[in-house]
Amino acid sequence: MAVKTPIYLDNAATTRCDPRVVEAMLPYFSEKFGNAGSRNHRFGWDAEDGIETAREQAARLIGADAKEVIFTSGATEGNNLAVKGAAEIYAKAPAGQQGRGHIITCTIEHKAVLDPCKRLQREGFDVTFLDPPADGVITAEMVRAAMRPDTILVSIMWANNEIGTINEIPQIGRLCHEKGVIFHTDGTQWVGKMPTDVERDCIDLLSWSGHKMYGPKGVGALYVRRRKPRVRLEALIDGGGQERGMRSGTQNVTGIIGFGKACELCQAEMEHDRERLLKLRRRLEDGLSGRMEVVQVNGHRDRRLPHIANLSFGFVEGESLMMGIKDIACSSGSACTSASLEPSYVLKGLGVGDELAHSSLRLSFGRWTTEEEIDYAIESISKAVEHLRKLSPLYDLYKEGVDLSTIEWQHH
Amino acid sequence: MAYSEKVVDHYQNPRNVGSFGASSDVKTRTDIGVGIVGAPECGDVMQLQLKVTADGVIEDAKFKCFGCGSAIASSSLATEWVKGRTVDEALQIKNTQIVEELALPPVKIHCSVLAEDSIRAAIEDWKKKNGIAVAEEAHAH
Repeated sequence: MAVKTPIYLDNAATTRCDPRVVEAMLPYFSEKFGNAGSRNHRFGWDAEDGIETAREQAARLIGADAKEVIFTSGATEGNNLAVKGAAEIYAKAPAGQQGRGHIITCTIEHKAVLDPCKRLQREGFDVTFLDPPADGVITAEMVRAAMRPDTILVSIMWANNEIGTINEIPQIGRLCHEKGVIFHTDGTQWVGKMPTDVERDCIDLLSWSGHKMYGPKGVGALYVRRRKPRVRLEALIDGGGQERGMRSGTQNVTGIIGFGKACELCQAEMEHDRERLLKLRRRLEDGLSGRMEVVQVNGHRDRRLPHIANLSFGFVEGESLMMGIKDIACSSGSACTSASLEPSYVLKGLGVGDELAHSSLRLSFGRWTTEEEIDYAIESISKAVEHLRKLSPLYDLYKEGVDLSTIEWQHH
Repeated sequence: MAYSEKVVDHYQNPRNVGSFGASSDVKTRTDIGVGIVGAPECGDVMQLQLKVTADGVIEDAKFKCFGCGSAIASSSLATEWVKGRTVDEALQIKNTQIVEELALPPVKIHCSVLAEDSIRAAIEDWKKKNGIAVAEEAHAH
């Protein structure tokens, strides 16, 4: 079967919106267009009913009660609200003072957690940024070792967005509950793809996003535990008091409807999708490793999400590699592909080495990725790597048996 | 980011790829100057080898490059430009000319700088091997 190009293998960046989601949203643009805050007429009631259905769909996906779901504009907002909102409420000292409490996170979190933590650091909180081991997995033991009597909040992502590694979330959750510390996890890459139960997994705050799970962009949710313990948050946006006062502003009704539908579909199709995605990932990783030498799969061998593959191709730079596979949409950890001109801080954080970080590709799959597309990707990536290795002075040195780390390079 | 047609062309059909033999042999040959600039952890390494006649004419050039498309294109272009020139003429090649020829965007200017540096480094190496004094200008960067 001929493969239609370009091929989309960047589902960790965003997913196509499921047509069933779009269909569910449509009536809320033009017929049921009311403001859910209008309590006295049909238009408002329809919008509110739609939102409450979506809230139940979202809650069911994570084993929560509908009352515990706050709709947001996405995971960046959810992470900001969780981290800053909890820190403000549970602070040990008022604003303007030092010693306001201790927060634990890790260096390979998404910027939407790291940057709020850095802001809190400037505002008098102590923050421990855990360094991941080479396999990328943050363990409960690492968190336990960093705990202090004044620890108020732990924020560790469920799974990493660049390498797909899965952290020890239920264990970290149990540890936090045991110590009476609020636990937030960024579930952006996890929720909807993997079974989630906030009760079993001892989670107090969980943020996730619609557009990573076949829903629309600009909408997400934050789970806020209501009992054992009842978690409180300082709002970031004040106003009309929507979303239990934690997130004022007229609700994004169409987005929320789509988000709810996407949650429902993910729950119904999770087992099927998950197995299929894992097969695709293995096919790609085995295919590429089998075709070439010096291909490294980044992150823990097994504890990884089924839909993200991150590979480094030795002696080849990532941006030039992407240039050679123009009809495959994917990402690279290479500096040249980032606005900052710095190689991926996640791969660097793993100690992968800057050189292999520059040589990395992230390929991520979704509901519509096919085996044919994976085979096409294996073929074209192999060809591009072969082309670039012919040009690579590093590959020559490797072939001559020279250890690259012994060479004194002229740094710029 | 969109690449210029010329960058894409050099990427797909790089000119003068290769070397004049194993690195250990090339090191001792007085008719060859080798310039290796950049570092793997910075994401670009350029290797330029120039075959120079006794009276200082570059008769052949070979390159290898680990780097982005613009780095590959810059070094490929450099080999085209230096061939047939004297070493003093080749030293006149400026990175800005490479930027102009390949229509490199501002974030890729360092690729052209690296190419200019590789020319200087290769000529310097050839001069040293042949006991010719190296001008101070070669250390300008």
